Amino acid sequence: MPKPHLALLAALLAAFGVQYFSDRIDPYYLDVLTGIGINVILAVSLNLVNGYTGQFSLGHAGFMSVGAYLSAAVTMLLGPKLFGDDGGTALQQGGLFLAALLAGGLSAALAGLLVGVPSLRLKGDYLALVTLGFGEIIRVIFQNVDALGGALGLNGIPPYTNIFWVLAFVAITVFVVTCLVNSTYGRGFLATHDDEIASEAVGLNTTRYKIVAFVVGAFFAGIAGGLYGHFKQTITPTGFDFTKSIEIVVMVILGGMGNTLGVILAAILLTLLPEVLRPIAEYRMVLYSFLLIVLMLARPQGLFNFKFGKAKA
Amino acid sequence: MSEFLQQLLNGLSLGAIYALIALGYTMVYGVLRFINFAHSDVFMVGAFIGYYMGKLVPEGTLWGGLAVLGVAMIGCALLGMTIERLAYRRLRSAPTLNVLITAIGVSLLLEYTGQVFFGAAPRNFPAIFPVRNFQIGGVIIGSNQLIVIAVSVVLMIVLQLIVYRTRIGTAMRAVSLNPKAAVLMGVNNDVVISFTFGLGSALAAAGGILYALNYPSIDPLMGVMPGLKAFVAAILGGIGNIPGAALGGLILGTVETFVSGSQWSTYKDAIAFAILIIILLFRPAGLLGRFTVEKV
Repeated sequence: MPKPHLALLAALLAAFGVQYFSDRIDPYYLDVLTGIGINVILAVSLNLVNGYTGQFSLGHAGFMSVGAYLSAAVTMLLGPKLFGDDGGTALQQGGLFLAALLAGGLSAALAGLLVGVPSLRLKGDYLALVTLGFGEIIRVIFQNVDALGGALGLNGIPPYTNIFWVLAFVAITVFVVTCLVNSTYGRGFLATHDDEIASEAVGLNTTRYKIVAFVVGAFFAGIAGGLYGHFKQTITPTGFDFTKSIEIVVMVILGGMGNTLGVILAAILLTLLPEVLRPIAEYRMVLYSFLLIVLMLARPQGLFNFKFGKAKA
Repeated sequence: MSEFLQQLLNGLSLGAIYALIALGYTMVYGVLRFINFAHSDVFMVGAFIGYYMGKLVPEGTLWGGLAVLGVAMIGCALLGMTIERLAYRRLRSAPTLNVLITAIGVSLLLEYTGQVFFGAAPRNFPAIFPVRNFQIGGVIIGSNQLIVIAVSVVLMIVLQLIVYRTRIGTAMRAVSLNPKAAVLMGVNNDVVISFTFGLGSALAAAGGILYALNYPSIDPLMGVMPGLKAFVAAILGGIGNIPGAALGGLILGTVETFVSGSQWSTYKDAIAFAILIIILLFRPAGLLGRFTVEKV
């Protein structure tokens, strides 16, 4: 993209526009659009780790849950104290929500750092398993913290998520990931993906690249978690188990790893698919998993990836 | 003291089941170098075959139980070989990641097909073996626990004999050591890999039925957690190493049982993963595994 900053600005303005006219849009479509937006954030941020940097992580839902819980805790604890019973003005609420989202994102990023530093020494299958293990450990911890609702989860989260926040963070996520990967520094992610040994030989610190990718990915997963929590208004630890992680991974694979546009399309498709397939809901997941296998056998580079001739490990 | 022995016994019988599942993971990893995520669902299918077969034989007889066990093992062996033939064989030279994703796909397919066919609601597993409790000192030994331990020990001895005393076992070890050289020596890789899947899946089926005997509520997602834990057991023992998988399973089962008996019981699902992380960070080759240096 020639002028990414202008594109970001345009996208933010468009988000404002959609929000302005949101009264006239069918609430069902708004809900679907919100769901799509959250999944796009998750998939694009995971794509930085799994796609561009080539590190297979299966723990994205864990970071999402950290963000969801922390931001929900911020709005639920601080909201009533700051605004009293009347709930504050729209602007105050927006400010608090933004702060909560950032807190959620930062805590998820911190979790990403804590998980990433030890586990990114491992490769391939092993890394996938360790991230899966960490994701499950995070879930079990949330299940055991009574202050955060334990196994029942948190209820009554204020419904702060609206279409503006979702679209704005979609735009920011895509902007940050695109700019990061296309910057001089960011070429290191691709180099780490293409050939780790060769990258080290030319003096790149591949471990640091992996950790940066991991932390940035976790940050946006945390943001997505915060948006999700304030959209559904209730979160449970089991909602962030490793099935959710796999769902996000499937979006990245379907879109073609390391291809932001493809991943966005895949996230949209995979969020819409359950809605469209609702009449045959029973067979939906069967079809879904069957497609995944056929896709890997017939088109391993992803459905929407037209750039590469063949997929790389 | 008697409480300790009781927990130890419970732990060993759980560990024996983990060991049976872990053997399948480790053997497949040995010949193909990938994690067969679908293995835990073959385990589930084994339990369901046991459930339906259990209705055909008289309840609570030893021969009936063994017959159910045998049918489930054969059924799952065929299933495992079919999965290998249809999904994995074409990907043999593909990047690891693609195979891993396909395995996840197969796993999800089995789970959701199971939900369509068997329904998502848990079912009660019939008591196919005779049930009786013995008491020695303060320790209560259930007949199911004895069956679990006896069946696992017999199967592991049989496996050891197959791997070390037969031609196909020698071929398996050859493929595991170096697939290309094995082909050059006249080993038919396809047959060996197919056999490995069959053998591993049969053990998973046995594990499934033994698990269902002790935890008699089965559903299409029952394989996920035991499967993950058995995989941790395989890594703990050193992946690709058959005695290691057995050892890892026993250790994991025992540790988990002791944790669930303590005040930290709600963390029992996290323990396996904590062990996984510790072992991968400090001794990635596992307890009995050998370190290999990666070459360019």
